[in-house]
Amino acid sequence: MAYTEEELKKELETKEYEYGFYTDIESDTFPKGLNEDIVIGISKKKEEPEWMTEWRLEAFRVWKEMEEPEWANVHYEKPNFQDISYYSAPNKKPKYNSLDEVDPELLETFKKLGISLDEQKKLAGVAVDIVMDSVSVATTFKKTLAEKGIIFCSISEAIQEHPELVKKYIGTVVPQKDNFYAALNSAVFSDGSFCYIPKGVRCPMELSTYFRINQAGTGQFERTLVIADEGSYVSYLEGCTAPSRDENQLHAAVVELIALDDAEIKYSTVQNWFPGDKDGKGGVFNFVTKRGLCEKNAKISWTQVETGSAVTWKYPSCVLKGDNSIGEFYSIAVTNNFQQADTGTKMIHLGKNTKSTIISKGISAGQSQNSYRGLVQVNSRAENARNFSQCDSLLMGNSCGAHTFPYIETKNKSAQIEHEATTSKIGEDQIFYCNQRGIDTEKAIALIVNGFSKEVLNKLPMEFAVEAQKLLEISLEGSVG
Amino acid sequence: MLEIKDLHASIEDKKILKGINLEVNPGEVHAIMGPNGSGKSTLASVIAGKEEFEVKKGSISLDGEDLEELAPEERAHNGIFMSFQYPVEIPGVSVTNFIKTAINESRKARGLEDMPANEMLKLIREKSELLEIDRKFLSRSLNEGFSGGEKKRNEIFQMAMMEPKLAILDETDSGLDIDALRIVANGVNKLRGKDNAIIVITHYQRLLEYIVPDYVHVLHDGKIVKSGTKELALELEEKGYDWLKQEAVL
Repeated sequence: MAYTEEELKKELETKEYEYGFYTDIESDTFPKGLNEDIVIGISKKKEEPEWMTEWRLEAFRVWKEMEEPEWANVHYEKPNFQDISYYSAPNKKPKYNSLDEVDPELLETFKKLGISLDEQKKLAGVAVDIVMDSVSVATTFKKTLAEKGIIFCSISEAIQEHPELVKKYIGTVVPQKDNFYAALNSAVFSDGSFCYIPKGVRCPMELSTYFRINQAGTGQFERTLVIADEGSYVSYLEGCTAPSRDENQLHAAVVELIALDDAEIKYSTVQNWFPGDKDGKGGVFNFVTKRGLCEKNAKISWTQVETGSAVTWKYPSCVLKGDNSIGEFYSIAVTNNFQQADTGTKMIHLGKNTKSTIISKGISAGQSQNSYRGLVQVNSRAENARNFSQCDSLLMGNSCGAHTFPYIETKNKSAQIEHEATTSKIGEDQIFYCNQRGIDTEKAIALIVNGFSKEVLNKLPMEFAVEAQKLLEISLEGSVG
Repeated sequence: MLEIKDLHASIEDKKILKGINLEVNPGEVHAIMGPNGSGKSTLASVIAGKEEFEVKKGSISLDGEDLEELAPEERAHNGIFMSFQYPVEIPGVSVTNFIKTAINESRKARGLEDMPANEMLKLIREKSELLEIDRKFLSRSLNEGFSGGEKKRNEIFQMAMMEPKLAILDETDSGLDIDALRIVANGVNKLRGKDNAIIVITHYQRLLEYIVPDYVHVLHDGKIVKSGTKELALELEEKGYDWLKQEAVL
């Protein structure tokens, strides 16, 4: 028979995590706990120069004095930072030149995730730098990129091969002491990606990195640095899945984007970390600091599809420093069961004629809480700054929550700021209408949710949009009996 | 084709249908008329399988198969189509995307592959011409910001695309001006065939000038109180429903 709202809700709640498996690969793991020796140890493991070790220690000393923030609309048991191991690397080094050399079990994992490197290689236009528990194990298409002078490698490699670039830019957008998690990340980050696009170069392919948390009890502290030199363009994709786990896993990444004069960076994320089971047990804590800096006429677009994690705390932001620079934020955040998300953006208008657009789509189901938190700040020198914000929430059932916290601060009278917000609910009438046309309830929800999210899905690169659409369906649907 | 026997249905313990008997054969057009609150729309919803109505007694079958255990989408797969009195909006889903999904889901249920894109395109072109539908209309979000006429025309367009065995048109004339009514009725008439049947639910006789029924039934207080041919509709137009109500009481 057809579905009542009650059954609909139940069905939404019973979707188990699809990628709930984990790989048994021998790892080289540090003992639990955090002190200066551990920080130095990580730096040594990575064979880093002294300035980097010092930079980390500086961050660690600041972090020790900081308090974990409590202002977000999320509730969770705070991690014990002394009960986490801060470094874990697959120990079958060195890095591989071809797929044949890669641990077959690792390849099997990628296959389960549907990201066979073989296929990726053939899919011309996508270079993949896979981060598996902190160490990059394979980088493809490097050659093609090198011909254009593009550097795309792990941050560890960049620290060794391109220290001048890393030294110049790391921490310039997200300083070590920016916030509690950023400071922690600065002290202990184990790996991540680095990308540099030279002046006037248009990166010929989408650059993508798949992140994966895989070692019980090890936090993941990724550090990403993307620099688009004057007049260059790059589109960067980041996608994540993680194996099912019983205890909470901490993830505190930092992403810094630098768009120099006339440059453009498109940064797209699909995030599907383990959200905890249907009783709210387990799941990843995702406390991420993402920020981009725009110089003159530069543009940064953040597009994110967030379906995973037990607790999300994430505000990809743009500092619009240069005149005529543009910041964009397009987001879909899905929460189900007991997930909690507090996510949004900050648009800081410093330069003249700066423009920002915020489109946020929140979808809540089960007992979840979904909050949009956004700041639009116009400084006194930012003549003719403009912002448009739109926050839409879609609710399923009666036990979930959607919240909107917009902050607007303006110190310049010429600013034009618009904010629109809507809240709607998937109705039984909509479901019945679809049912009557031969579309079952599961498919109907997918259709309605995809329609709701369309403005944001359209901003994703083609291959990512398909993946994101599937992810939305997986996150919200149960097996219809 | 459709056989309804002694159908009783309620919503939240309120009895709405109190013993409906109706038989519809292939090629026939039946009109169901009646005053507000007589149970016309309920009958349509119950045939389509809307969950909130509970069938207390009696049966509905299509081609000999009892519908009771079938979900609304399964009834749709079996060839039942309902044109809604108040079609719902689905923001961000285009008319084309919606109808494509509907057709392919029905095909899937029958073990068929998705309809090839060029075939779909041809079908859309053909049916939109039939209903004088502008191509631009097809890319708009389903029913969002549609006028009353556009909504109804869209319903009939979907009917044309899905080629149902049994179509139930629930108050398709409400909210239509005379031009829209003519276009919609023309569309419906072109879809009449010897293998399919149509039930037209309407309050007024007006629509029946354009879609001429083979039979007319008058519903009052959950029962069919009078059945006849198209002349019955004219009689109703002239005398109103009151004389039938009195007759029903007697």
